Amino acid sequence: MTIDNTPIVADEAVVPEKAPESEGRLILRRFLGNKFAVASIVIVILIIAFSISAIGIGPIPGWWKYGFKALNPQVNAGNPTISLVPQWLGGKGISLGDHPFGQDRIGKDYFAMVMRGIQNSALVMVVLGGIASFVGVVVGAIAGYFRGVIDAILMRITDVFIVIPALVIGSVVGHWVGGLGAPLLAIMLGFFSWMGIARLVRGEFLSLREREFVEAARVAGASDRRIIFKHILPNAIGVVIVSSTLIMATAILLETALSFLGYGIQAPDVSLGGLISSNESAFQTRPWLFWWPGFFIVTLALLVNFVGDGLRDAFDPRHRRFKLRAMREQIPEPAEEAKL
Amino acid sequence: MVSFILRRILVSILILIAASFLMYMLVAYSSDPLANLRSSSSPNKDRLIADLVSRLQLDVPPPLRWGLWLGGAAKCLIPFANSCDLGSTISNAQVTDILPQALLSTVQLVTLALILAIVFGIMIGIVTALRQYSGLDNTVTFISFFLYSLPAFLVAVLLKEFIAIGFNNFLRDPVVSWFWILLIGIVVGAIWQSLIGGEARRRLIVFAISGAGTAVLIWLMSATGWFEKPGIGPVGMVVLIAAIAIGATALMAGLQNRKALITAGINAVIAIASYFAMQPLFAISSIGTLIILGIVALIVGLVSGYLVGGYDRGQNLRVGAVTAVLSSALILVDRAMQAWPTYLGDVNNRPIATIGSSTPNLGGDVWVTGIDSFTHLALPTVALLLISFASYTRYSRAGLLEVMNQDYIRTARAKGLPERTVVIRHAFRNMLIPLTTLVAFDVGALLGGAIITERVFGIPGMGNLFSSALGPGDINPVMGYFLVIAAMAILFNFLADLAYASLDPRVRVR
Repeated sequence: MTIDNTPIVADEAVVPEKAPESEGRLILRRFLGNKFAVASIVIVILIIAFSISAIGIGPIPGWWKYGFKALNPQVNAGNPTISLVPQWLGGKGISLGDHPFGQDRIGKDYFAMVMRGIQNSALVMVVLGGIASFVGVVVGAIAGYFRGVIDAILMRITDVFIVIPALVIGSVVGHWVGGLGAPLLAIMLGFFSWMGIARLVRGEFLSLREREFVEAARVAGASDRRIIFKHILPNAIGVVIVSSTLIMATAILLETALSFLGYGIQAPDVSLGGLISSNESAFQTRPWLFWWPGFFIVTLALLVNFVGDGLRDAFDPRHRRFKLRAMREQIPEPAEEAKL
Repeated sequence: MVSFILRRILVSILILIAASFLMYMLVAYSSDPLANLRSSSSPNKDRLIADLVSRLQLDVPPPLRWGLWLGGAAKCLIPFANSCDLGSTISNAQVTDILPQALLSTVQLVTLALILAIVFGIMIGIVTALRQYSGLDNTVTFISFFLYSLPAFLVAVLLKEFIAIGFNNFLRDPVVSWFWILLIGIVVGAIWQSLIGGEARRRLIVFAISGAGTAVLIWLMSATGWFEKPGIGPVGMVVLIAAIAIGATALMAGLQNRKALITAGINAVIAIASYFAMQPLFAISSIGTLIILGIVALIVGLVSGYLVGGYDRGQNLRVGAVTAVLSSALILVDRAMQAWPTYLGDVNNRPIATIGSSTPNLGGDVWVTGIDSFTHLALPTVALLLISFASYTRYSRAGLLEVMNQDYIRTARAKGLPERTVVIRHAFRNMLIPLTTLVAFDVGALLGGAIITERVFGIPGMGNLFSSALGPGDINPVMGYFLVIAAMAILFNFLADLAYASLDPRVRVR
């Protein structure tokens, strides 16, 4: 599923004389071999760090001079002042200017607003992903490990939550707590997004608990707790990491969609989706109000998806791909041998 | 089997009840339906509040109110009694009255989008799987990742601002400039050369021929004012129908299969003859006539395939049916194009609408109203299409790659079957089995309406019903919406299980 089609070298690179590598190091090396995914994760972290350093976080101020709530006098009719073409190419030189991303209709600095939107998106992404994974792992592990009645009850509860589409339950939850700030919204959305992971983890547990190493641990007298945490969970962690990364990508889209509908983060706080929604009518006169948040939503979601895809490839070496061309090329060989 | 179905239905109803309780509590405790009235300045404010409270039973605590609502909803299970009671909205309309209208306009919106997404998604998935790791495959993979990461509202707003307004402006003076002709030619050439594949020389030839052909065609269309008065014309119809016949045969049976070629040829001749014969009938047609004609075309295709016979009648039937149906669709498109100038006059030369699902007070025959709903639904359909298209491409690509690794494919190759037969008859059919699940889920989910697409394009469908009722805390329409989509989700989930079990003999239902 990757764009990058350089072969994954980890399998061949194991030198027999050295001590065998641990599974974790092997996976890490396979992931680091995928340059596309590594570049994606680096860029995501850089974007988030940049947004935090620009306007600060909480009471700590950043290096940018305007806040995202302050009204400023209109400069240059609100046009973006950022300039990226160097002087020797006939541009104005590389500079930020007074309002690099322009200003909105009432004069707020758009750069600060977009940075705040990125911060909120990142917050929702991390918190929602974390809570959904945690709840999903707990429910899935208990259901899959203990089976029987507990499993039936937990899975029916999962079914109840899964019947309601994500955007619908998200709107209802956002309508409920959206006005109380981004952190609470992220936490509550997390408690309504764990179902997919719970099902996956349960499946993994159901198959892993029948394996010999679990049997051996049980015979040796290990407690349920120890078997779950020390023996089964480490073997199921790949599924969890991959799907929580993919949940994070959808979390960005969910939060922006909710804010677009008006059920997400409420003004005066800023969300990238809310910025697009409130400037939809200004598209013809001030298109940049639309482009900057749109660009960052797509970039963040796309990069996180790439990271998730790279992780999936790293955790699942069974992805041995079929190559039609390779098979076609093999066909002449036996024919030539036959002639000889 | 019967016990499996009964058990599933019972469990589904219990899940539905529990989920409705969850939903009711969340909505009831998160919103205040009286907020609007409280802040109003009307002199009889208190009386209005009291009215609303007694009508919606707002003095009853939510858990009990949910019980009352459930009692009303349970009456829907009584067949033919028509005693459904889902409560009323704040503005005193019965939910049972507004739900069917909303469902109808959602069905109208999503049907075409779903069909197109499935057809194109599977086609492109197959091609990319067969050309794995080629430039085409990597490009499509990147595009589908991009579409995954594209928020629906961004797509919808961009389509509205660029395609709709851009196309309408273009129609004011429909001449394509040289820059665009060249660009389109180059893009089309690049797509064709990567689809055909092969070594550099062959690719270059394909690129040159298809690119130049497209550029000349667009130049001709632009120079002859085709965009104002579109139409295919008799010569074009004959050529295109012949191409459909040959294409269908080549893809499904191979051109050396005489019987299939004869079937396709018969259907093509019938289609061309009826194109000329039917024009007077089309002028007075209604929707019903057209549906009957479509069914007749299908039957003609099947019967001709059966009569031609040969060693593989099933294949002939398929070739005949596909040729007949595609040709009739082409005839319909041609007829609709003839009504285009009339429609342009009716809407002041700005055909692509950005809001609503039909032009109010538009008269005209079935063709004009047909074009009208096409121009209204085109953009929302594209918006929906782009998003679900990506997942179909990914799934069918992965599915085909997995099937191609199976032993029976190697066996098929080993016994000397042509590559087309291996892909179409052995791999393609087995690849479709897991896709049925995805289709069933998608149908269930899409009937719930596209909340965002409907909102951006102002279509009065299910999604709009939900999002406009949630804001003021209008709980009954929200619950009515929820009931429909949850029942749909459960139903299609169930159908997916049954379909899977009947298609794949390795799966058994217990």
